[in-house]
Amino acid sequence: MADSKIIKINPVTRIEGHAKISLFLDDQGGVSDAQFHVDEFRGFEKFCEGRLYTEMPVITPRICGICPVSHSLASAKACDSIQRVAIPETAVKLRRLIQLGQQLSSHALSFFYLSAPDFLLGWDSDPALRNVVGLAAKFPDVARKGIRLRKFGQEISQHLTGKKIHTDGVIAGGMTNPMRPESRETLLKWIPEALETSQIGLKLLKDYMVSHKEEVETFAPSGTLHMGLVQADGTHELYDGKLRWVDASGKIVKDQVNPADYLNYIAEMPVDFSYLKYPYYKPLGYPEGIYRVGPLSRLNVASKMKTPKAQAEFEAFKALGHGRAVNGTFFYHYARLIETIACVEEIEMLLSDKEILSTDVHVVASRNALEGVGCCEAPRGTLFHHYKVDTHGQLLKVNLLIATGQNNPSMNKSVLEVARQYVKGADVKEGALNRVEAAIRCYDPCLSCSTHALGSMPMVLKIHDHQGNLIRSVERN
Amino acid sequence: MSKKKLATVWLGGCSGCHMSLLDIDERLLEVVKLADIVKSPVVDGKDFPPVDIVLVEGAISSEEHLSEIKHIRENAKVLVAFGDCAVTSNVPSLRNLVGTEAALRRAYVEAESNVPGKLPPGDGLGVSPLLQKVMPIHQVVKVDYYLPGCPPDADLIFEVLSALLTDRVPDLPNERKAAYG
Repeated sequence: MADSKIIKINPVTRIEGHAKISLFLDDQGGVSDAQFHVDEFRGFEKFCEGRLYTEMPVITPRICGICPVSHSLASAKACDSIQRVAIPETAVKLRRLIQLGQQLSSHALSFFYLSAPDFLLGWDSDPALRNVVGLAAKFPDVARKGIRLRKFGQEISQHLTGKKIHTDGVIAGGMTNPMRPESRETLLKWIPEALETSQIGLKLLKDYMVSHKEEVETFAPSGTLHMGLVQADGTHELYDGKLRWVDASGKIVKDQVNPADYLNYIAEMPVDFSYLKYPYYKPLGYPEGIYRVGPLSRLNVASKMKTPKAQAEFEAFKALGHGRAVNGTFFYHYARLIETIACVEEIEMLLSDKEILSTDVHVVASRNALEGVGCCEAPRGTLFHHYKVDTHGQLLKVNLLIATGQNNPSMNKSVLEVARQYVKGADVKEGALNRVEAAIRCYDPCLSCSTHALGSMPMVLKIHDHQGNLIRSVERN
Repeated sequence: MSKKKLATVWLGGCSGCHMSLLDIDERLLEVVKLADIVKSPVVDGKDFPPVDIVLVEGAISSEEHLSEIKHIRENAKVLVAFGDCAVTSNVPSLRNLVGTEAALRRAYVEAESNVPGKLPPGDGLGVSPLLQKVMPIHQVVKVDYYLPGCPPDADLIFEVLSALLTDRVPDLPNERKAAYG
């Protein structure tokens, strides 16, 4: 960092967590390096030691209020594994349903509340209005529809477990409650509206991709590995399945890895400037093994989607790569909206399943193993919970590998790429800083999760000179 | 009546209270008729300005939170401890049972997936040092209202906001007060 100026953005706004960005300038005022700091830590891995493993599906949702269901599910699956039970079919379907509901609400939050203001109101528009409220003033119909789409996702959790956030309805061995017939009727009525709103979102984004073709294609475009769960035949999968990695060219690097073997394939490196560690694909080492997760990566690793409307759009997405993986960071938004449509279609499929009302939703077992790994796809990528217990079922070790954490090295890289494109010297315009933040927003990072740990995610941009001296700290008013 | 200035802040917590705030859904559009949201994780705006009402989610867990909450108190007419972490310090304070260093050591040195592990420096350029004890907000500054729940129910949040934004004291029926968890 010798001979540089540093720009900091603090806090980064409209992302889910606490963060700052530092940019280091060389003596010509070009950007030489970027650091994305995640500034909080809570320590779930340690303070859960000694508790009963069966408490974890209720404690770990408190890691994150945006994707609490993912933590409930990964945790309950780790517990199922410690009990060595196969849970009833209907319990699996209910877990899938609540997972799809959360994915839908999280994706709706990311697009309609946090990112659409940039696309519809403009990157350089008044920061005071560049939010969902400003969106509601100018595009009231879009804002209202987006709010209702998120609401539908949250309602699923409410109907299945009585609570929208931090539910205690997902437990070791299955679910606490079966689904009521009236809940099924109520939720089915939402489907046409939810599908329409998802398609409106998709159209807005695709229009933007056409009118801003160059910006979209050059926005942090460099390639990495991609990781995600797929079924045995490569179908897109969120709840079960095996891990697949593809490289930037789209070639499969490794397929059908059991998530319980994650330690053979993933390692994490702590860094000085952030509470968020740097994970990588172990066989390739760091930095070659940097990989991404989340909607973009899930679509890159998948060979097909489960449902027809999502499949049609998936084919258009794949065409963007011209045979390679789709690496441009902007396309996270596109992939997220394709998954949004898939969510609505799959929710309808599950609600229409005749077994969904079965009351066989829980099996009782005691501890039958000393270790268990639970894995599922959270809205932002693959999530791992790994527990070791003693013979009484008290936790000895807890290891958590979180979706956003796995994107951390790539978020840094994307920030650097976008900063190099838009920041020249210390005299930076607000709109340029917004674009640097937007590189982060593409990943829709959930920093609460990723440091198990991180609180809210505002951001500082600090500009340092080539001797590391702070010359400007940009905090928007 | 002129529009109030409203802020929402997220300190050491999980954002679940903010998500529950968003669960007021379309009623958010009623809230913004009564108030300008001048600072919040969901809008841009970097400095904390003088406000009429602030909802503070999360416990006080780092040096940065400590200075933030003092600044917020000086600039807010009404400060609401928003959710159980702000009210009691809740889950983040489980760290107090094991100590900050042991918690950091487990995550950054001992975790099975780490190679090679080392503690973050906790100062300097990037990150804010953690406190030895996580605290609820009222241990640091005066709190005007306590809104409990993990997270607080969305209807409860809407009632409290509606009252404060129209200069009423929140008057919640007992069954509402109990309906959280």
